[in-house]
Amino acid sequence: MNPSLQRYTGVAITLHWLIAAAILVTFLLAQYMTNLQLSPVKLKLYSYHKWIGVTIFLLVLARLAWRLAHRPPPPPASMPAWQHSAAGIAHFFLYALTLAIPVSGWLMSSASGFQVVYLGMIPIPDLLAKNKEMADQLKQLHEALNWLMVLVVVLHVAAALKHHLVDRDDVLRRMLPFLKQRSALK
Amino acid sequence: MRFHAVFVFFILMAIGMPACAANVDYAKSEITFVSKQMNVPVQGRFKKFTAQIAFDAKKPAASKAEIEVDLGSIDTGSADADAEVGKKAWFNSSAFPAAKFASSSVAQTGPDKFEARGKLSIKGISQDIAAPFTVKRAGDVVTFEGGFVLKRLQFKIGEGAWSDTDTVADEVQVKFKIVTTGNK
Repeated sequence: MNPSLQRYTGVAITLHWLIAAAILVTFLLAQYMTNLQLSPVKLKLYSYHKWIGVTIFLLVLARLAWRLAHRPPPPPASMPAWQHSAAGIAHFFLYALTLAIPVSGWLMSSASGFQVVYLGMIPIPDLLAKNKEMADQLKQLHEALNWLMVLVVVLHVAAALKHHLVDRDDVLRRMLPFLKQRSALK
Repeated sequence: MRFHAVFVFFILMAIGMPACAANVDYAKSEITFVSKQMNVPVQGRFKKFTAQIAFDAKKPAASKAEIEVDLGSIDTGSADADAEVGKKAWFNSSAFPAAKFASSSVAQTGPDKFEARGKLSIKGISQDIAAPFTVKRAGDVVTFEGGFVLKRLQFKIGEGAWSDTDTVADEVQVKFKIVTTGNK
C-alpha cells in the first residue's frame, strides 16, 4: 500500500462532518433565536439549541475516544514543522472549545434557572443554583468562547483550503467523504 | 391593581371573618408554582397575596379560607416571561388583576391532613378545585401547607399560540404555605 493513500477512518470523517454541521446549525440558530420576541417558537428553538449543544458534546467525546484508538494519518512529508505545530495547536483549540462551549451553555442555563432536559426527556442535573449575576457572566463567557471558536474555525478552513488549492496536497481530501486522493489518481 | 386588592380586603373585613380567624405571617407564607416549558420545570411565585383563614381542627367543616393573589406580583422565573404573562393572552391582568380562591368545604382526610374544596376564579372564569393540605401546630403558630394542579387552559391562561401544551404544559403545580400566628 502506498502510504500517501492514508485517510482518516470512515468513523472519524463521519464524526467530523456531523459535528461541523451541528455546530453551524446551532450557531446560526443562536443568532436567530436570541432576537425573537417571547413565543412558543422561541422556547422551542432555545430547547433545540441546548439539545444540539449536548449532542455536540457527546459526539466530541466519541470522536476523542475514537482518535485515541485510531491515530490520524501523518501530515505530508513536505509540510514544514511550524505548520505541523500550528495545526496541532488549532486542533487542540477545536476539541477544547467544542467541549467547553456546551459546558458553558449548560452552566449558563442552570444559573438562569432553566434546567437542561435533553431531548425533553433526560434531565441533566444542575451544577449551579439560580443566580442572575452568575448567569450574566456565563452568558458572556459562552459568547466569548463562541467568537474564539469562529476565529479558530476560520483559520482551520483557511488552512484546509490552502492545502487543497495552493499546496495541492491530500490534507483536505483525506477528510472529505467522497473524493479520491490526488496521489491515487497519479 | 393594588386598589383592587385593598378593595377586596375591605369587603372581607366588612363581611367579617369568624372570631377564631388568625393573623397570617406573610413573611413566612408563600404561594409558589412549577410550570413546565418544553418539559423543563420552572419555579415561580407570587410575591403579594392576602389570606383570610379560619380553621378549627376539631370542627374542620366550620373552617373557611379565602385567598386573593395579586397576579401582577408574579415572578415566573424569568424577566422575559414576567413581562409576557400580564398580557391579554395570559392573565390579562389589567382587566383581571387578581386570582381568588374561596373555600366551600373543608374535610379531614387523615391525621393532620385535610382537603379544601372551593371555587378558584382567574380571568373571569371560575372552576371547582380541591386542594389537599397538612396542618402543623407549634405553640400559637399554625402552618397550612398544600397544593393542587391547576390546568391553565381551563382559565384561558395562555391563549392563541400559547395554548400549545407541547411548549408550555397545561398542568401547573401550585403550592402554598400559609403561616398563621396568634392561634388559640
